[in-house]
Amino acid sequence: MATRNKLWANIDWVTFFIFLLLVFLGWINIYAAVYDESHKSIFDISQQYGKQLIWIAAALLIGFMILIIESNFYVIFAYPIYAIAILFLLLVLVFGVEINGSKSWFVIGEFRLQPSEFSKFATALALAKLLSNFNFKLDSVNSLLKISLIILLPALLIFLQHDAGSSLVFAAFLLVLYREGLSGIILFFFVLIIILFLLSLLLPNHILLIFLFLGGLLAHYYLNQKFRMLIKILVITTMVILLVWGINRLTGSYLTLEYVILTGIISSLAAITIVVVRERIRRTMVVIVIFFASLIFTYSVDFVFNSVLESHHRDRINELLGIQSDPLGAGYNVNQSKIAIGSGGFLGKGFLKGTQTKFDFVPFQSTDFIFCTVGEEWGFVGSVTVISLFVFLFLRLVFLAERQRSVFSRVYGYSVASILFTHFVINIGMTLGLMPVIGIPLPFFSYGGSSLWAFTVLLFIFLRLDASRLDKLV
Amino acid sequence: MDVSTFSSRKILITVIFAAVGLVYVLRLFQIQVVDSTYKQFADNNALRKIVQYPARGLIYDRNRELLVYNKAAYDLLVTPREAGFFDTLAFARLVDVPVEDFKAELTKAAAYSRYKPSVVVKQISHEKYATLQEQLYKMEGFYVQPRTLREYPQPMAAHALGYVGEVTQEMIDANPYYKSGDYIGISGIEASYEEDLRGRKGVRYYMVDVHNRLQGSYREGEMDTMATIGRNLITTLDSRIQAYAELLLQNKKGSVVAIEPSTGEVLALVNSPSYNPNLLVGRERGNNYARLLEDAVKPLFNRALMAQYPPGSTIKMAQGLIALQEGVITPETRFYCAHGYSSGNFRLGCHHDQSFKLSESIAKSCNAYFVYVLRAVLENSKYPGVREAYDTWRNRMMNLGFGRKLDSDLLNELKGNVPSSEYYERYVFKGSRWRALPVISLSIGQGELGITPFQLANYCAILANRGYYYIPHIVREIEGKSIPEKFRIRQETGINRSYFEPVIDGMEQAMMPGGTGAMSMIPGIAVCGKTGTAENPHGADHSVFMAFAPRESPRIAISVYVENGVWGSTYAAPIASLIIEKYLNDTISSQRVWLEESMLKANLMNPLIIPESGDEE
Repeated sequence: MATRNKLWANIDWVTFFIFLLLVFLGWINIYAAVYDESHKSIFDISQQYGKQLIWIAAALLIGFMILIIESNFYVIFAYPIYAIAILFLLLVLVFGVEINGSKSWFVIGEFRLQPSEFSKFATALALAKLLSNFNFKLDSVNSLLKISLIILLPALLIFLQHDAGSSLVFAAFLLVLYREGLSGIILFFFVLIIILFLLSLLLPNHILLIFLFLGGLLAHYYLNQKFRMLIKILVITTMVILLVWGINRLTGSYLTLEYVILTGIISSLAAITIVVVRERIRRTMVVIVIFFASLIFTYSVDFVFNSVLESHHRDRINELLGIQSDPLGAGYNVNQSKIAIGSGGFLGKGFLKGTQTKFDFVPFQSTDFIFCTVGEEWGFVGSVTVISLFVFLFLRLVFLAERQRSVFSRVYGYSVASILFTHFVINIGMTLGLMPVIGIPLPFFSYGGSSLWAFTVLLFIFLRLDASRLDKLV
Repeated sequence: MDVSTFSSRKILITVIFAAVGLVYVLRLFQIQVVDSTYKQFADNNALRKIVQYPARGLIYDRNRELLVYNKAAYDLLVTPREAGFFDTLAFARLVDVPVEDFKAELTKAAAYSRYKPSVVVKQISHEKYATLQEQLYKMEGFYVQPRTLREYPQPMAAHALGYVGEVTQEMIDANPYYKSGDYIGISGIEASYEEDLRGRKGVRYYMVDVHNRLQGSYREGEMDTMATIGRNLITTLDSRIQAYAELLLQNKKGSVVAIEPSTGEVLALVNSPSYNPNLLVGRERGNNYARLLEDAVKPLFNRALMAQYPPGSTIKMAQGLIALQEGVITPETRFYCAHGYSSGNFRLGCHHDQSFKLSESIAKSCNAYFVYVLRAVLENSKYPGVREAYDTWRNRMMNLGFGRKLDSDLLNELKGNVPSSEYYERYVFKGSRWRALPVISLSIGQGELGITPFQLANYCAILANRGYYYIPHIVREIEGKSIPEKFRIRQETGINRSYFEPVIDGMEQAMMPGGTGAMSMIPGIAVCGKTGTAENPHGADHSVFMAFAPRESPRIAISVYVENGVWGSTYAAPIASLIIEKYLNDTISSQRVWLEESMLKANLMNPLIIPESGDEE
């Protein structure tokens, strides 16, 4: 009994109440989103809101069970749990049923389960287990390979289910690894790749080329503080570009402007590289390498964009960037979602008074677009409250993770925070038209048993680990 | 791992979490508090995409008489989620559809999408729409979309004009321009000039409020695209003689094709039995089509282009021309007809007992003469053997437009049949030495030879032009665009111009007293013609006739087939002569009115009065 009492005393009730609050708010917003005059009772289990209440009750039961299990269990069984999750991901590829274009569901009678939701906490456990190995060094190639394997295997399997959105969530672990000492350069590259990807779709190639070049120059100047050399490079390159341009004009203009600039920059850089190598300015060599890598990346984006991504992915990205606009086609959801949220105003239209969501203008309004109902009915005040609750939860989780004495618990805690955060960024960003349409749920809010339970499991394992943080070093 | 080394990184992570939250709050502030346009959108809370269907191009005849125009019709659409309660029965009555069908369509629309519009009733007539419009404001979620349907002021030339129907799934897959519910030309001119006729669809975006009222255009129409009206077509048809020919062919099976030799323009393209093109328009199209398809007299069958008949004696001019060109006869060469032609066991009957030169043999349609002619062509010592001579003969026949498609702008042209030497090798000679006799019946247009009425008319145009033709075509002008270049290129046949005169002499004599077509003489017009009888293994032979007129600077070349009409002189020739007279003189001379009457009265559709097959002419 003594341990039991200590357990309840040590649980972080703040996190628990935020969880409860979010789940509750989710439930009443689902009610508002699919509200139907003929089924007025919020407890009507023929409707999504009635069902969600059952999922919530079950989630609380699952949470309770997770709490009464010894915290050592999660440490010892981290790999087996991961293995089972991978097995289920494989099975769903074979026996799964396709719903909304993703073959990621098991359907048994009335009951549906999405294994990809549960693979997230399993991956978090496995990663925590690997990183907490007492002689584990994050900077060896071998370790990085192991880490990549653990994270990318489930991500790949989920991608094969045509659920690119869910596999994208695994990028969340980059934050965890950064906290554990992964070189900041990798994070920097990740951000650079995303920025380059977007810019190469938005800007004509030759403008991007000039930006890249100027960026490289700035980096060079920042690293070496040699102003005269900067000017020299700038002048030489400009002259080479002009020379190429002139020759091109005289010989019959075979090259487009883009290739004139490309040829000019590459040939002058080749000359500069020789100088740099001879004078052994190592930092500038790195800059030049990054510049060429970015160049190749930029030119491969078109290929990736057109050949690897599916057409609806392309449409969604193009819509987001304003390259195409089709308010009744690919842009329909986002357009309607923005109208719903925007029309909420400062105080909102009031509970059950939303017209956008009521009349089904917003699709998936109880699942992926649930935030629209919040925005429309509760306005700016309600939306900010929900966002604040989420941000507070993330900060609380960081705080809890930092107070852990074992690496396992800390890594796991950061994983929880990062996964929830990624869902939050993508989901709400999408409804606000700041992110492409990627169909992943808003944690604790969106309708659906699988996602609610998976997030509950994810969070409660950490609450359990945290409750026993003082017991011993696990 | 040294924890303390990296614990400062928690600050950056915390900052990222908080910064994203802040960005989202700012974004919310912008769209919820600062920007008021979203509130307007929500008030006008639906965008409606209305496709602007352009009017299809009109079709005229060569004298700018309207053949095909458009009438308005309306599709009724519903957006299920916006639809309130209403009396289905009353509504169904209002739009004139059975209530069960109406309910079924509503269920289908709801199953397709609750918030996207679906068509529930198609092609509501203009009259019905007037009453519907008065009630429509009460019907939330319902609205109409104007469409156009084809209308034919004078129902004629059904096969040439073709018809328009809804696109099928295969067509949509093949061409992304088309969306479900669009119309497309399915046959005739409607199909071959589809891209010109259809124009381009446009799209207009409207904002609509919860009560389904239009609130104006979205973003001041910046996303709208204008519809482009289809191009009008001026066909080469002459509706006057088209209608007259259809009248003459009534109660008969057959076809008439008339061509202006100097241009290749098709003046008339007539099939009988035909159908009223208005039947294949509107909501009843499907039912009517099925009924026409099942009809035993095949009114949908485009005989002029797709029926393959033996040419009969009309092929004799070609034989003469090829022989002259090959140099195996001269216009003065005579052959003796002894009631036919005999060689060993082979015998082919004829009616004469005298010798003929080329022009006389055509005027009298002597079979024996042309057997001699083809024998001379095939046994020409210039070639190593009969097979090689046959190949040359076949090539020349194809140059005259037989055994191949003419590549006109009419769809579904049949190739006809001028058998290849491989065919005879495999089925007739089977490795033995080639001889002329087994293929000799080709000379009088029998045996394996198969041609279409369209090819016969083109061949007639070649004779009229003395050696060349323009690819027959049915469209003269495409508004704002030129017709394909190929129709303006003179096509040569490889027969010397000078060889035509003796042949044409024969054709003119055929239409004079003593000739085979004498009954169809037209006072004051020098008609050059040739009768024929096409053998028909299934019943009475077909009456065939071809002619052009006047002899100098011909203005019309015509081919007529009358199925089961037996001799060319009894039906085909009189009908052709009446059409020629009508075209050239605009009236039928008084001494020929009896002929016109008897042709109009003639009924060959009743099997009891079909005459027995006769001998070869």
